[in-house]
Amino acid sequence: MEHDDVIIGLEIHCQLNTKSKLFCGCSTDFRDDEPNTHTCPVCLGLPGSMPVVNKKVIEFAMRVAKALNCTVLKECDFSRKNYFYPDLNKAYQITQYDRPLAEWGKLMIEGEDGERDIRITRIHVEEDPGRSVHMGTTDRGKYTLVDYNRAGIPLIEIVTEPDLRSPKEARRFLNKLRATLEYLNVFDSEKEGSLRVDANISLKGSGRVEVKNISSYKGVEKALTFEITRQRNVIRRGQVVARETRHFVEARGVTTSSRSKEEENDYRYFPEPDLMPMQVADWVEGIILPELPDARRERFMQQYGCSLEHARTLTGGLKLAEFYEEVAKTDAGLAATWTADYLLGELNYRDFSIDAMPAEHFKELITLLKADTITDKSGVEILRTILDQVKNGEKPEMPAAIVNRLGLAKTGGDEITGMVREVIAENPQPVADYHAGKGPALNFLVGQVMKKCRGRADPGHLNALLREELDKMQGGA
Amino acid sequence: MSRSLNFSVSDTINAFITTIPEVSYEDGPLSGTTVAIKDNISTRGVETTCASKILKGYIPPYDAHVVTLLKEAGAAIVGKTNMDEFGMGTTTENSAFGPTLNPCDPARVPGGSSGGSAAAVAAGYCDMALGSDTGGSIRCPAAFCGIVGLKPTYGRVSRYGLIAYANSLEQIGPMAKDVTGVSRLFSVIAGHDKRDSTSVDRPYTHTPDPSIKGLKIGLPSEFFGEGVDPKVAESVRNAVNTLERAGAEAVPCSMPSMSHALAAYYVICTSEASSNLARFDGVRYGPGGDLRKSWHEEFSDRRQERFGKEVRRRIILGTFSLAAGYFGRYYQKAQTARQMVRDDFNRLFKDVDLVAGPTMPSIAFRLKEKSDPLQMYLSDILTVPANLAGVPAISVPCAKVDGMPVGLQLIGRHFEDEKVIDAAFAYEQEAA
Amino acid sequence: MVLSEDVRKIAKLADVGVDDGELEEFTSQCSDILTYFEMLDALPQGAGIDRGLVNIFREDEVTESLSQKEALSNAAETEDGYFKAPRVM
Repeated sequence: MEHDDVIIGLEIHCQLNTKSKLFCGCSTDFRDDEPNTHTCPVCLGLPGSMPVVNKKVIEFAMRVAKALNCTVLKECDFSRKNYFYPDLNKAYQITQYDRPLAEWGKLMIEGEDGERDIRITRIHVEEDPGRSVHMGTTDRGKYTLVDYNRAGIPLIEIVTEPDLRSPKEARRFLNKLRATLEYLNVFDSEKEGSLRVDANISLKGSGRVEVKNISSYKGVEKALTFEITRQRNVIRRGQVVARETRHFVEARGVTTSSRSKEEENDYRYFPEPDLMPMQVADWVEGIILPELPDARRERFMQQYGCSLEHARTLTGGLKLAEFYEEVAKTDAGLAATWTADYLLGELNYRDFSIDAMPAEHFKELITLLKADTITDKSGVEILRTILDQVKNGEKPEMPAAIVNRLGLAKTGGDEITGMVREVIAENPQPVADYHAGKGPALNFLVGQVMKKCRGRADPGHLNALLREELDKMQGGA
Repeated sequence: MSRSLNFSVSDTINAFITTIPEVSYEDGPLSGTTVAIKDNISTRGVETTCASKILKGYIPPYDAHVVTLLKEAGAAIVGKTNMDEFGMGTTTENSAFGPTLNPCDPARVPGGSSGGSAAAVAAGYCDMALGSDTGGSIRCPAAFCGIVGLKPTYGRVSRYGLIAYANSLEQIGPMAKDVTGVSRLFSVIAGHDKRDSTSVDRPYTHTPDPSIKGLKIGLPSEFFGEGVDPKVAESVRNAVNTLERAGAEAVPCSMPSMSHALAAYYVICTSEASSNLARFDGVRYGPGGDLRKSWHEEFSDRRQERFGKEVRRRIILGTFSLAAGYFGRYYQKAQTARQMVRDDFNRLFKDVDLVAGPTMPSIAFRLKEKSDPLQMYLSDILTVPANLAGVPAISVPCAKVDGMPVGLQLIGRHFEDEKVIDAAFAYEQEAA
Repeated sequence: MVLSEDVRKIAKLADVGVDDGELEEFTSQCSDILTYFEMLDALPQGAGIDRGLVNIFREDEVTESLSQKEALSNAAETEDGYFKAPRVM
């Protein structure tokens, strides 16, 4: 999907994790509640109401600006962006226009050819509009329902330069950004709708297309991949790629032409007269950043001996990194492998977050593996059992209990040696084949022992054991 | 202790949109004082219309900050007064509920946009009233009706709950029969409000003091020149002489920035208004409409039906002045002109303490006399500079011309509302 | 200075209806007024005015919201706790 001619820029909106909204004291914890229960004259846009800036929002935004190496402007202010839509109850959004909070930063990602800086054009603060639900089916029966619980939620908008070269890079950028925001403790990535992306994409020499309404990380890669293919097809047909705004339809994985007249819209920006300017550049010095993903990655490699790959994976989310550090207390190496290579896959398959696996359960699993009490295959079975129990809403069993219940303990030394000898005795032809130099016969014999012990042995161990017994025979014979 | 009074007046001049027949009030510095409130100031549980059809039936679920303060001071809030729709006008003829008549001459306008408040006080319906002043809307009706009205320094009175017309220009202010009344009311409403980010922490605790010996008063030639009725100019000069008898010293001066002041004012106020009034969509408040139409169509039709012509005209002018494809550069240029007005005042106030002149260029117009919008706008020329600069300005009645009141306007430095009030008080005492 | 076509476009941008009967009157009035505003063109683009105050903030504290009933109290049409609006084309 990457060619030299793909040019991608992103505009990312993230909800900041403050307790109250940007311009009023209404609670931001609205997701489980009835519509229009978290509003007041200010966020409802009632006549006569006035905004007052939540200091914590600016502090959070500045943390992000510092983490992304941006320059905070000496003085910035808010502006009105004027347009009409049911979910925008003042008919203007209070945002930042010509004097944003910060400009010109960068975020390093794993590019196609190694690590590369993606430039950040600007970071600014703005309010989220409300939420519209379009109802009705017949042409005359359609209407819109509006809930303003979300109106006034603080957003940070991060705009990149068109430095991304492929959908994969875009996804990596978003993942890195998300992890950084989590580490800064300003953002909760698990909240539905907390991150939205608009993408600008063009093929060199061709028109630029804006794709709006992307609300998942996977969606970004899908949308961009679809767009590149679509644009290449247009060019192949000898046509010109139209400069336009398109909508991403997640369910179908396609972008469609937007019927809105947004490109014609004149937003008539002017500075918000009800808010005073902000001079906050001197706060930057006092901001102490926590350990960020790259630094943590380095530390994991130093402190726990993780490989670069594992370290990258394990630092990809704050909760995941914290989980790893907890379970690494048992055995750092095993914990790394089992978290990164096994657990994550099982979680993804079930659409679970790391929260689904209790750390104590996982630690016991690692302990069992470390003591060689169970095989890897049994380990996976235990993982799946625990996660399925979580999925069914049951209290998950501890691994030792599962081992007992399902009889997963590794077959012990004498028992195994006995079975090896039985298999040798029961399979004279394969034994003879092995002695005749036919290597695959050994695999067959290993398989037979595994069948006998119902998988409760380590194949590598069996391989060695069989070889030993067979060679003894040879020697003895 | 809670008490109540019955309020009923024969409102022959249409000063009120809503009256409250039984008013309860508490103890406090204004206990039992009857106060009327302009209908663009939010009153919880009481219809607030801005004299517009688009807010007919709107009942705010909250009180404006000044209303809370009035209630805490024991004031008896007797009703909501008529005004030009959304504050847009100089005569109170732009009301959806009919014009208010001037109690001094019912064939004439009371001024605007706080015409109902001024007329109610002038007619003796109530002791005091609150108005709002964006480009002269307190001072003009005070002058036309012969009462006292103050536009405070910008930021001294909270705008939380004032239904916005032009946020960077307007202030709520006190209106009463005399300077003492204005001062009493101002002391209740002035002060910081953390819900208004433009509010300053400057409470008013002053008692008017008529000793103005040595006070220097500047008389800009532009305030007495072309466009000002010579009889009005003469009465105001006489009033200034009265102040000199009380110990002040008057000197001539000039404000060249006046040439651009009115254009700057109208660009800024229409631009801010075009944005402020965009929220009136009939969805969350105001009379409902036809859900079967599409959003833009219904919105547009509803607003055509329920906004008066002047309001629509100003929304269109403001939209022109902000639109990138048209005159978007005007808003910023207007701010340049605005800074020039401020600089002029700062320069003058190095040598003088107050600037004086007529509040309005003429006496109250006859009803329907001013039909051309631009002609109407030009009559604001003497009042808008104080709004552009954010400085305090008061109108105090000083004479009669052809039987109608004339207002003397006194303008002071930022946060010297006390001095402005003192000078007005000195005039009142000396002229008595 | 401006034509009726411009007034129509601007009225559309502002979602404010102007019917055919009014259009000519509005166009001539707006033209006159905008011509009056033209005097501002001679001035330089300013840096903006000194607002007087900076850094006016509030703390991140939750305060009481309106009840759903209060929030919806002035709406002409509601459904299941939502405001009801005409559909966007």
